[in-house]
Amino acid sequence: MKELSLHILDIVQNSIVAEASLITINIVENLTTDKLIIEVTDNGCGMEKELTEKIKDPFVTGRKTRKVGLGIPLLYKACTRCDGNMEIQSEVGKGTKVTCWFKYSHIDRAPLGNMTDTILTIVSGNPQVDIVYVHIRDDKEICLDTREIRRALGKVPINEPAVLSWIREFLREGFNSLYGGANI
Amino acid sequence: MKSLKDLEEIRKKTLDTINMRKDQSGTRVVVGMATCGIAAGARPVLLAIMDEVEKNELADVVVAQTGCIGMCRLEPIVEVYRPGEEKVTYVKMNPSKAKRIINEHVMQGKVVQDYTVGAEEK
Repeated sequence: MKELSLHILDIVQNSIVAEASLITINIVENLTTDKLIIEVTDNGCGMEKELTEKIKDPFVTGRKTRKVGLGIPLLYKACTRCDGNMEIQSEVGKGTKVTCWFKYSHIDRAPLGNMTDTILTIVSGNPQVDIVYVHIRDDKEICLDTREIRRALGKVPINEPAVLSWIREFLREGFNSLYGGANI
Repeated sequence: MKSLKDLEEIRKKTLDTINMRKDQSGTRVVVGMATCGIAAGARPVLLAIMDEVEKNELADVVVAQTGCIGMCRLEPIVEVYRPGEEKVTYVKMNPSKAKRIINEHVMQGKVVQDYTVGAEEK
């Protein structure tokens, strides 16, 4: 995919299908060690150890409609072609954690892209799921926690247009501080 | 700076309109959001649809997401369900085509034939 944020949107769908109620997305950009780390953790139904080991194979999938699943294999390939790798930890009944890392400066590493649109897409389509998004770039950090937003909103649904606009602005300000106002 | 206090304001302002929205069973617009759809450009299509719905204050329109519809080569795919009418499937969408669907089909009831799966598969 053209942006890593699209991969993130894609693998978060796995957590949603696994009926997670809380999904944590961690991004760490460490320019000193030249590493980009993306970690998606959910409290969904988890997988058997056997499936966890095989899931990077495109011809292994949990779904019943057809025999291929490309989300994880595509992201795995994106990692390995950038001197990185992927690790999947999962426990049935507890949840799954997918960790990916990349050589930050690798010529083949896709840009992170528009994380705001990815978060807005997830929140608008899955108002029942809580998202914690933590993005660290060297010594700077931003955090969006939909549990806090929900507390402030009371009965108002989190996918109300006015709330989504607030999230968009909140993240825009956050990215400005992360990237020092530079366009990304 | 955006703060959680802004959300309290939003809560006060929007509670009434939400109650209004509950009574109506309106149009559903569904965007395919699986690996195939995302890779083909479904994210900007979805956001353009949400924008257009908000801009025109279409309170009775629900924008939803679904998985793979099974025609990956025709993604991004958008389905429109208007009450009492047959479902219409639009294929190879982009943000400007999606806006046209909201303006012509969702708002005026005129199906945009050029973009339907039927026109594509002819």
